[in-house]
Amino acid sequence: MTTVQLPRGAPPGRLGARRPDAAPRARLRTLRARYGNGFAALLFLVPLLVLFGWFAWWPIGKSVILSFQQTNLVDAPTWVGLDNFRFLFHDALLWTTLKNTAWFVALALVIGFPVPIMLAMLVSELRRLGGVFRVLIYLPVVVPPVVALMLWRWFYDPDFGLFNQVLDYVGLGPYPWLQSTASAMPSLVLAATWANAGSTTLIYLAALSGVPTELYEAAELDGASIWRRIWHVTLPQLRGVILVMLLLQIIGTFQVFTEPFILTDGGPEDSTVSILLLIYRYAFLDGDYGTAAALSVLLAAALAVLSAIYLRLTRKWSTS
Amino acid sequence: MSDELPRGVISSADRRRPSVRWTLRICQPLLLLAVAVAGLGPILWTVKGALSPTQELLKDPLRLWPSDVQWGNLASAWRELSLGHYLLNTGVLVVGCWFFQLLVATFGAFALSVLRPRYGRFVYHAVLATLFIPGTTSLVALYLVVLHLPVTGGSIGNTPWAVWLPAGAHAFNVLIMKQFFDSLPRELYEAAQVDGAGPWRLFWQIVMPMSGPIVSVVSLLAVMSAWKEFLWPMIVISSPDSQPLSVALPRLAETAQQNQVIAGMLLSIIPPLLLFLVFQRHIVRGIGFTGLKG
Repeated sequence: MTTVQLPRGAPPGRLGARRPDAAPRARLRTLRARYGNGFAALLFLVPLLVLFGWFAWWPIGKSVILSFQQTNLVDAPTWVGLDNFRFLFHDALLWTTLKNTAWFVALALVIGFPVPIMLAMLVSELRRLGGVFRVLIYLPVVVPPVVALMLWRWFYDPDFGLFNQVLDYVGLGPYPWLQSTASAMPSLVLAATWANAGSTTLIYLAALSGVPTELYEAAELDGASIWRRIWHVTLPQLRGVILVMLLLQIIGTFQVFTEPFILTDGGPEDSTVSILLLIYRYAFLDGDYGTAAALSVLLAAALAVLSAIYLRLTRKWSTS
Repeated sequence: MSDELPRGVISSADRRRPSVRWTLRICQPLLLLAVAVAGLGPILWTVKGALSPTQELLKDPLRLWPSDVQWGNLASAWRELSLGHYLLNTGVLVVGCWFFQLLVATFGAFALSVLRPRYGRFVYHAVLATLFIPGTTSLVALYLVVLHLPVTGGSIGNTPWAVWLPAGAHAFNVLIMKQFFDSLPRELYEAAQVDGAGPWRLFWQIVMPMSGPIVSVVSLLAVMSAWKEFLWPMIVISSPDSQPLSVALPRLAETAQQNQVIAGMLLSIIPPLLLFLVFQRHIVRGIGFTGLKG
């Protein structure tokens, strides 16, 4: 049970795994005889092989090599063994950064994760204006992130920001938003949630439209209330999508960069320095590519595990 | 959206019950209001900000509309911040990214799905494998690669190529394109082959004409994501003159007049906004298509 709508019943996920029966296999052989000495295919693959070679496969290997090297872009790189990792683990900022990132991921789960689910459930019950709602919900996703964050910087301003002004109007605040170590991270999460909820909501809406209505009818005949129908029908039916979105969100929020970069530059008191921001600082402010690569490799390892789980799950569901 | 549900959790019988009816009647306008404020609010604020004197933005932030609409501000922002120049830079980057993403995805998927060479499986799995490792984690290595290309040598740093070419190495496009090609009937290729069509004609005259939907979905996703790109162009395009709007704006915000910067922000919102409104159906469908975030 997945949300993914694919053209003409192609099996989602199991790419290229169409098990050809005998006839197509013979056909494949004739096609191969005609084109498939591999040379024509190779010509078509040139753009893919060159660009993936240069900019995907090579950098992955290069990251690992770099993490054991010291390089300054001028002299030949020197091998330094585990020095980069040693330096990294002795940097107090690393532990702050890990804590910050974990806090961002956790807050995004608590604040941001339920929003699209609830929005999608509400919108799917509408009988009118469904399209208008979808467009409005998606609008924040269309705004380029940098512009959106520059806007939020205006809104968060402690003195003449929109938020404090509105709250002042109803007799609350002023709140420091980005200016205090306690509220800076939640403020980033709020901005990130606003920016990202739209696309996730549309995915949930697609999933909701795939829930068989008979299930609701059966539950209704059994006397289940609306809440019980949500709990016993809708949520179990969405379970797969919810899990996938959960993983995607964790993978995405682990790589948070633009929010702290534009809104706080890691402050106040390093309370919003994220892993990627630290990598950026090591590499492009300190010129310490080795340590930056070492941290990248560690991040990549953690994310690869999550991605592997994600791909496994999507694969499993699409075949079942 | 035409695929509106005949019913969801709430049935017609429920809707006749007064408690449900009134809850819906009260909740739905509130929801619409909330969604409109969250979705349209910031965009309208940008419009207001671009037309207001900076002083007024600071003194009276709650004001709904500027006391004195400054249309001239748009022109002076365009002139003084050379917004047109940065917009052109963005445009050049977007078009190139779109081209290379489409080139790699269509050619690559065609080879893997239709021509199916024996070594195709290896290539395919190698492409798949890159999905496990998000691009941001090889940022540093990628930067060094761009400064010194492996095998051929040479640097494409500080040129549009540094943004165009890495954009092409986008595994997800190849996957959904291949998935689509896999679903096309192979009998057609056979027929074309009997008629003596070579791979090149097969690609242009059989496969491409049938791939309109997937090409438009991949194109839209490519253009939208290239327009949003920030971190990578900021790293590889070091000279301020060649920077795209998204990279230039935060830099300009430090020195320029604030209402002019907001005019620049508005300018950067408008093209993707128009694109979205025009192709709204494709994009909304595209998300269902790919199951991926835009």
